[in-house]
Amino acid sequence: MQAVSTTAVRSAATQEAVWVRWLLLTGALLFLGFFLVLPLVSIFAEALRKGWALYWEALKEPDALSALQLTLTVTLISVPINLVFGVAAAWAIAKFDFKGKSLLITLIDLPFSVSPVVAGLIYVLIFGAQGWLGPWLQAHDIKIIFAVPGIVLATMFVTFPFIARELIPLMEAQGTEEEQAAMVLGASGWQTFWKITLPNIKWGLLYGVILCNARAMGEFGAVSVVSGHIRGMTNTTPLHVEILYNEYNFVASFACASILALLALVTLVAKTWVEWQTERQMAAERAAVYES
Amino acid sequence: MRFKQPSVLPGFNLAFGYTIVYLSLLVLIPLSALVIKTTSLSLAEFWQVVSSERVVAAYQLTFGASLIAAVINLFAGLLVAWVLVRYSFPGKRIVDALVDLPFALPTAVAGIALTTLYAPNGLIGEQLAKLGIQVAFKPLGVVVALTFIGLPFVVRTVQPVLQDLEAELEEAAACLGANRWQTFCKIIFPAALPALLTGFTLAFARAIGEYGSVIFIAGNIPLESEIVPLLIIGKLEQYDYAGATAIATVMLLISFVLILAINLIQWWHARRHGMRK
Repeated sequence: MQAVSTTAVRSAATQEAVWVRWLLLTGALLFLGFFLVLPLVSIFAEALRKGWALYWEALKEPDALSALQLTLTVTLISVPINLVFGVAAAWAIAKFDFKGKSLLITLIDLPFSVSPVVAGLIYVLIFGAQGWLGPWLQAHDIKIIFAVPGIVLATMFVTFPFIARELIPLMEAQGTEEEQAAMVLGASGWQTFWKITLPNIKWGLLYGVILCNARAMGEFGAVSVVSGHIRGMTNTTPLHVEILYNEYNFVASFACASILALLALVTLVAKTWVEWQTERQMAAERAAVYES
Repeated sequence: MRFKQPSVLPGFNLAFGYTIVYLSLLVLIPLSALVIKTTSLSLAEFWQVVSSERVVAAYQLTFGASLIAAVINLFAGLLVAWVLVRYSFPGKRIVDALVDLPFALPTAVAGIALTTLYAPNGLIGEQLAKLGIQVAFKPLGVVVALTFIGLPFVVRTVQPVLQDLEAELEEAAACLGANRWQTFCKIIFPAALPALLTGFTLAFARAIGEYGSVIFIAGNIPLESEIVPLLIIGKLEQYDYAGATAIATVMLLISFVLILAINLIQWWHARRHGMRK
């Protein structure tokens, strides 16, 4: 019924007048044009304002390269860790019934509502020189704040809910029948997970990873608090963009920003592709149900 | 569903235990550090920090700008969601994908791009300056940045609701003699209201904590265009941990209140939805 009613051609009685449609459409597109398209285009325009040569120069600069390298390293550490957590959390929450489930979901969502600056601050309070563990860390010569581990921690905090949040509703909707059947047929727990659950959730998982990855590469506020902005050492690309911008080195700043904007565009394309795949899969499943 | 169903599936203890340990280590214990640190301040000290002129001005700006931006997003988000669900036009898929740009684009990048556009010598700023409006380096700039950041929240919460709205309801309204405006007000709007409120609250919550996109365009003039997260960073740079903690605790409290509000809206929505069935 659902499919029929949404795809059906709307009758004139449930359509707006033509001029209203045009007005709404123009209004929406103008708003998006001003607020989304123009800023996006301006990044590339500013980066290339003085020509390609200066653009490449800015990107090849050692500090820019090391910033990009740090950003990728931090992402490569924090996304897989949150991936394992997301699957574990979704398995516990979606496949089992227990008390306090909604409280647990709320707690997992917590980093979404906490300001990134506050997220950075809490790690400074624990690991910083004046923090709880500060004296002990100093005695053992371990640096967390103003060093890479702090950046990884802050990034893990802000990207913490992404994958779990994508998987929990998906796995809840899928239920446990297929896993139960596998268990009854003698599969072990891990076999069930690898052969039944994982193939079922692969698109949702990928979707979560894409979102988590985008945020991890772009995080600014939380990382800014814990990084110390040491060039070539603890400077991620978003922080490098800020430093260059504040030095009035606009071309270089926008050149680095354009790399991040390109990654954002790749993210959007990948996200749309995954959505399209999910739709296709759902349509195929629906067709299979009709045939049987 | 009240009963805890025994399950044949394995791995609950492992998955649940791992979730709790990781959640505690990464989120809960560090957040409690903030609260515990605050309790080391006396109430008078806490109040002195939080009620100082500069901090109060920052709270007012952060709240005011976030509220205005969320209201703009409420209307613009509904409009965009409506257009994306109801009308077909060339390039619709691209527009739909582009709505998520503020989620995907690093906030610092958004910040410098918006600043360049709205600065007095920028593409939009120049035109507005002729009208006597200055956006960048003024509170209005904060509103622009927060509107950018919050847009996808409303669109993405309202879109699925509009998509699932049954056409029969609108046809029935038309049969009973309602015009389109009446149908919108009495049928469509009430159905979309919980989603609109959820999106509004999400955008508002995000705006209050937002840092990266705002600091470039705000100009950060004390008492005029300085936001709360920037004050926290300022205190930290002066090694005033107690001051930073006090301001951050107030922000954390606000976050909790907003989470509660979102949960209440969703509970209300679920109840209404359940009753209709």
